[in-house]
Amino acid sequence: MSPKQTGQRLGVHPAPQVPAYPASGRIMKGSVNLQPSLRARNRHSLNPGGGYWFWYLLPALLVYILFMAYPMLDSVRLSLYAGTTGTRQYVGLANYTRLFTDPVVSTRFWGAFKNTWVFFAYHMLVQNVLGMLFAVILTSRTMKGRKIYQTIIFIPCTIAVMVSGYLFRLLLNPQFAGPSLRAMGLSALVRPWLGDPRTALNVVSLVSVWQWVGIPTMMFVAGLQGVSEDLLEAADIEGCNAWQTFWHIKFPLILPVVGMIAILTFVSNFNAFDVVYAMTGPNGPPNYATDLIGSLFYRYGVAGEHPIGIPEPGVGAAISTSVFVMLLAGVLPTLRATQGRD
Amino acid sequence: MDRTKVKPRKTRSLRLARMNLPGHLLMLVWAVVVLLPVYLLVVNALKTRMGMYADPFALPLPLVWDNFRAIINQGNFFMYFANSLMVVVVSLGAILMLGSLAGYGLAHWRGKLARGLYFFFMIGMMLPIKIATIRLMELMKLLGLFNQLWSIILVYIAMGLPIAVFVLTEFIRGLPGDLYEAAHIDGARRSKIYYSIVLPLIKPALATVGIYNLVPIWNDLWFPLIFITQEDKKTVLLAVTRLQGQYTTDWPKVFALLTLSALPVILLYLSMSRQFVAGLTAGAVKG
Repeated sequence: MSPKQTGQRLGVHPAPQVPAYPASGRIMKGSVNLQPSLRARNRHSLNPGGGYWFWYLLPALLVYILFMAYPMLDSVRLSLYAGTTGTRQYVGLANYTRLFTDPVVSTRFWGAFKNTWVFFAYHMLVQNVLGMLFAVILTSRTMKGRKIYQTIIFIPCTIAVMVSGYLFRLLLNPQFAGPSLRAMGLSALVRPWLGDPRTALNVVSLVSVWQWVGIPTMMFVAGLQGVSEDLLEAADIEGCNAWQTFWHIKFPLILPVVGMIAILTFVSNFNAFDVVYAMTGPNGPPNYATDLIGSLFYRYGVAGEHPIGIPEPGVGAAISTSVFVMLLAGVLPTLRATQGRD
Repeated sequence: MDRTKVKPRKTRSLRLARMNLPGHLLMLVWAVVVLLPVYLLVVNALKTRMGMYADPFALPLPLVWDNFRAIINQGNFFMYFANSLMVVVVSLGAILMLGSLAGYGLAHWRGKLARGLYFFFMIGMMLPIKIATIRLMELMKLLGLFNQLWSIILVYIAMGLPIAVFVLTEFIRGLPGDLYEAAHIDGARRSKIYYSIVLPLIKPALATVGIYNLVPIWNDLWFPLIFITQEDKKTVLLAVTRLQGQYTTDWPKVFALLTLSALPVILLYLSMSRQFVAGLTAGAVKG
């Protein structure tokens, strides 16, 4: 979407050309753009400069710093302290040592860490591949009913994870449809899906895939719509089959979108909490099989870990700082590899 | 392949290929996968308990509205709904106002400091604000905002600002520069230009930013769960979290509450799906 085009589509026609420096010579005092650099002349001959524009930024900057930037950075500092407000003591890296090596805490942490990667693998391999497949189908010129399919694919993205997660928790309960499914001869489907440690995490991941596949689909659709028709026609004439056209032409061209999706998937997986909270519970049952970094952070940092039940903000901050470092380590190289030069 | 000499057999297979049968098949299967749970949600909210257990897949005949009535009357649904609505409206209004002011400033202010501030906002798009939860919780207690809707509203504003600043700055930069010149020659002040020229022109971008933030704010569970414990301040999703205890055995009522919580956004989406898709994918596709 180009803002300029949108503006024109709205019927905003550029005002009649006026000289960049108005003949009247009303150049404001304190204007910083007095040097006749071409760019400045064209657009901002009367630009009052930073001392003026800063005031437009100030309100946004204040809220952003106070409620996002500062608390985020200060969480890193917090990970070096133990105790709650008032009784807080500097303990160095003790929270991290506990998190990574303490027999109880580290078992939970590495368990949740492993589960988060499984959860991530599902989103990369099932959600994003499915999204790509849907997008290729939805951008085929000869496909009918594209709008309807698109609308349907996107519906789950608008439902709260808490609602869809709880819905699936009920639907997957053998009590709900067990008798009917057995009567239909589908007794293989009647299982305690969320109660069995071997299936619980897979089912939770698949429900999340069901919910979010619309996002990569729509982004890939937007990317694929930008691929030039001429190129695809040329490939067609050369006798490329669908797979060759996709792999050698479309895919390399939308690589920046692929990278963006990979980053979004990565970040949101280390953020995931609602789906576990709704489908199995904040403790990640059965036996921590569905415990993710998000739910672990909730228990240690906010709610209190079983059986003590007292939150440890320091350990929680250590978890969130570790996530922070992991996100940066994952996001920056992906950005560099896929985004090219801007 | 020479296209001028296509044999009849080839034409038929081409026509067959144009029908995209495998594509339709896959799309239909996925449509069922998406719609079946939604169907089960709605029909079972309209049944009695016995009716649901008898056949959960059947259509609700006759329609039973008692579950919805119970959720609305005894369940205080409208109180939760009003809280959620208040949070969304105030947050979005503030995000759009602060974001467009900052975007207006950043689009015109050229210099190292401006670039630095722009980048500072951009970082916020990549990092999840949840990381800051523990510190935010203490901050809210300190400010006396714990258990007040303002606590989550302020967090949502901060969370929504990076994307707002990004989209709106780019959009305002793309507006024809002559526009300002003309207005300025007419003697309009810059604040007046913002209000009477820029704001009306950036409406499409404001809609994009609004929708981008609307869904995550309405659907957020994390911050209300942590910041709000007082009953009369709870949002719709917090009402859903109480289900475990409240109606454990009365599933149709649970379905009714889930339906009521999901319905507003689904209806909004179905009535303006194009803007939704544009809005929710705004972050990834550069302008």
